[in-house]
Amino acid sequence: MTDLPAPLAEIRDDFLSFSEKDRLQLLLEFSNELPALPERYREHPELLERVEECQSPVYLFVEVSPEGRVDVHATAPAEAPTTRGFASILAQGLSGLDAAAVLAVPDDFPLQLGLTTAVSPLRLNGMSGMLWRIKRQVGEKSAA
Amino acid sequence: MTVAFDPAEKFQAYAHPERLVSTAWLEEHLGAPGLIVVESDEDVLLYETGHIPGAVKVDWHTELNDPVVRDYVDGAGFARLMSAKGISRDTTVVIYGDRSNWWASYALWVFTLFGHADVRLLDGGRDRWVAEGRPLTTDAPAPAAVDYPVVERDDRGVRAFKEDVLAHFGKPLIDVRSLEEYTGERTHMPSYPQEGALRGGHIPTAASVPWSRAANDDGTFRSADELSAIYRDEADIDDSDDVVTYCRIGERSSHTWFVLAHLLGVPRVRNYDGSWTEWGSAVRVPIAVGAEPGAAPGR
Repeated sequence: MTDLPAPLAEIRDDFLSFSEKDRLQLLLEFSNELPALPERYREHPELLERVEECQSPVYLFVEVSPEGRVDVHATAPAEAPTTRGFASILAQGLSGLDAAAVLAVPDDFPLQLGLTTAVSPLRLNGMSGMLWRIKRQVGEKSAA
Repeated sequence: MTVAFDPAEKFQAYAHPERLVSTAWLEEHLGAPGLIVVESDEDVLLYETGHIPGAVKVDWHTELNDPVVRDYVDGAGFARLMSAKGISRDTTVVIYGDRSNWWASYALWVFTLFGHADVRLLDGGRDRWVAEGRPLTTDAPAPAAVDYPVVERDDRGVRAFKEDVLAHFGKPLIDVRSLEEYTGERTHMPSYPQEGALRGGHIPTAASVPWSRAANDDGTFRSADELSAIYRDEADIDDSDDVVTYCRIGERSSHTWFVLAHLLGVPRVRNYDGSWTEWGSAVRVPIAVGAEPGAAPGR
């Protein structure tokens, strides 16, 4: 397994330490913890990127500071708690890292959480789509 | 024991009014002996965020599908599942779910494969219940295990396989996917994950009638007259027809299956659950692209 940045490794280890049923409970906790969008994005929906891989309307926006620090913001409706949970894992696990560390996150991270049986690989596609889009935005914004 | 039917006037014009209950009826009958309410959703966590008091959850992916083979559980597996949910063979089951009852219809269709007699849908599903401000709880019920007999699944009545569809040309086929999927522009629903069909298009001769035409904006079913205009007049289905419905994995077409079989009373309707994820990847099956249904292949 490729080395993960510490915050993501900690999230992965938390999931893997639980039974499959309790992993869903943990995902629900992440879902409840997804922070609201900062004011500046609530007023500017055009800045947000739609995650087409998700069945629910999920939008995200990535900031890279001049020093290369990444911040991930995401929004997803309350009727889509699984998707909110995925967005929250990525927002919490990637925000604060530097751009190079985000770009090095393995694309199969969503499959490392022990959720493929309980959640189905299909539903996990949505999380892979989010990760891919975050990495693409980080690449574009740190090259500029 | 069977719980009394919902006498709502809207339902009386349907062929089988006993297959639907309204949100008002359900709230009034919560806790009635012999009634179990089942929630079945696309989102695996939605039930946990709040559900109808007393409702149990049935997950299509982890509970109705076989874990290894692309198929449904067998008779023993279904009996175990029912038993754990507190459902006996004579229980009245009311199913509801998210997304206009797609997954609820799909669960109802799977219950039908096992011949469970009294299984109904909540008209409008979860969204309508929530929109009307009816009660929700996060308390998980703990039903006592009951006996449910092992009944072998009977796929002959309402399920079609690829071979059945190949032998079906000349009889009505309904493609319930979006128009982009039907024409072959995409192989999956807009904004849905790609589910891996290798070719785009539709089964030759299939009529395009997207599932959503059968639903009102609030997720309830359209009236009997409106449904009749769509399926009898436009899609030219008559009451003696043998109809097959399909979509991408069989969930949206369960919704249309329910409409044709239970609301319009077409006697023979089968759902092809292999749907486009099978057909669009199968070797040497005929495919039509574009907006026209296309001709039946010569045999």
